Amino acid sequence: MSTPLETPSRPFDVHDVRRDFPILARPLPNGATLVYLDNGATSQKPLLVLDKLREVEATYNANVHRGIHQLGDRVTVELEAAREKIQRFVNAAESAEIIFTSGTTMSINLVAFAWGRKFLKPGDEILINEMEHHANIVPWQQTAKATGAKLRYIPLTADGRLDASHFDRLITTKTKLVAVTAMSNVLGTLNPIRELAARAHQVGAVILVDGAQSVPHLPTDVRDPAIDFLAFSGHKLYGPTGVGVLYGRRELLEAMDPFLCGGNMINEVHLESSTWADLPSKFEAGTLPIAEAIGLGAAIDYVQSLGFAAIHAQESKLLEKALRLLPQTPGVTIYGPSFEHRGSIVSFTVEKVHPHDLADLFDQKGVAIRAGHHCTMPLHDWLDVSATARVSFAFYNTEAEVDALIDAIHYARHKFRLE
Amino acid sequence: MNEELYDDYILDHYECPYHKGHLACPTCAHSEKNPLCGDQIRIELKLNDTGHVEEAFFNGKGCAISQAAASILCQHVEGKTVDELHRFQAPDMLRLLKVPLTATRQRCGLLGFKVLKAMMYSLDASPTPPAQQPTANDESIVATSG
Ligand SMILES: Cc1ncc(COP(=O)(O)O)c(C=O)c1O
Repeated sequence: MSTPLETPSRPFDVHDVRRDFPILARPLPNGATLVYLDNGATSQKPLLVLDKLREVEATYNANVHRGIHQLGDRVTVELEAAREKIQRFVNAAESAEIIFTSGTTMSINLVAFAWGRKFLKPGDEILINEMEHHANIVPWQQTAKATGAKLRYIPLTADGRLDASHFDRLITTKTKLVAVTAMSNVLGTLNPIRELAARAHQVGAVILVDGAQSVPHLPTDVRDPAIDFLAFSGHKLYGPTGVGVLYGRRELLEAMDPFLCGGNMINEVHLESSTWADLPSKFEAGTLPIAEAIGLGAAIDYVQSLGFAAIHAQESKLLEKALRLLPQTPGVTIYGPSFEHRGSIVSFTVEKVHPHDLADLFDQKGVAIRAGHHCTMPLHDWLDVSATARVSFAFYNTEAEVDALIDAIHYARHKFRLE
Repeated sequence: MNEELYDDYILDHYECPYHKGHLACPTCAHSEKNPLCGDQIRIELKLNDTGHVEEAFFNGKGCAISQAAASILCQHVEGKTVDELHRFQAPDMLRLLKVPLTATRQRCGLLGFKVLKAMMYSLDASPTPPAQQPTANDESIVATSG
């Protein structure tokens, strides 16, 4: 996706940036220094976000769009300001196309229910692929079952990219939805969103992009290439848990029925029927995670103060170093494509040491990684491994932390009497 | 923090497990998988007429803790009576491992124990159950658990 205009307000210095994240300087309970390489699971929050959360809760906590009082006015203004920040951040045409959800999972489920169950018919096809997170597989399986639509999978190349030679065969007039992650949470694969969006639109299909991993690391512009739905989470974007976003094109959101029903999402309620509120409230039933949504706005301010050019430069340095050093480390196999095709995520195994044992031994050294199937069982079946170890970088990681990762692998191998 | 988790006792069992494989004619057998991490253990027992465990075998795939614990468990239960297996509880299993486990790793250390306990319940339900043979499905889980 292309770069919206951004003007970073400070020069990038990783040591300076790290001071914005208090958790990075705190010794762990075992006394080790934290080397946090699990950003794909959840990222850390800068002071700007922590302070914002406290500001909301301590000084103007109230419900939004309800109270006719000063606190209610203030919190509503703040929430709508956050929505507008998100709108500009992903370059949506209007802020009403930004729906607050609880996270990527809910955003995708919202589309699967409110769009999928309304518009899909027997014989229609939903196109996904094996590298997707369970959150972008299971909702479509259920929707396919409920509607009679068929799930189809784009095959992967040996290095873990979508195999473009199957696009012609698989993207046809039967295709009604292409659901795809912009960045794999395991392989780091950057998928060809521009080409998939163009092909989907050529056949009259809709494209949903899972931006959980891409939005924190790459500029996102929902109008170039034009995509129909974008889902992402606050907590992987240096913001709070419990809040996420669904961007949807107005025309599609208007054609959909509500997903959850209750307060805030109605226009009029009568005994037998009701009418729906305008966007975005139509999809925001009940009380939102208010402080979290406002905190997400602060996280976006923070990211924009650094600028994606600087973020990308730092993360690329780390990725390049990891992709260079890991294969030179005895027993290590890495999965996924080469540097040009991936974001700053690397999954690997170490011969004779199970990923859980690796994670446990790394933890003794303060190195936090994820081990397991990372909510991608079909991908691990495809890789033919039961589990992998995953490192996922953020801009606040340093090259010394990549060295700490390699040292931790040697330590684990030593503990397992392999060296 | 527990630096001694991977001590020689655990690693010896992991590298050279006791009775890893299958029994020709198990009296009872059971498999379970930890869906969170994909670790999988199958336990097979041969009971004799006096209600003693004559032989215990396990098979599985997973981390050093889950696999070593299953090996230690098989060694421990041989010669025990069904009654003794009923009385054998999770803290006993954790003590057998000799290393303290954090709450998350207890799930690994107790996977084999859970399989044994589930098998004991089904043994209660039918006094002489036909041994459940490893099915194609069990084998495929062992091969590709994820
Ligand atoms: C690619 C991808 N999609 C979806 C999700 C689900 O995100 P959440 O748990 O925040 O809803 C994740 C996070 O684990 C992810 O990495």
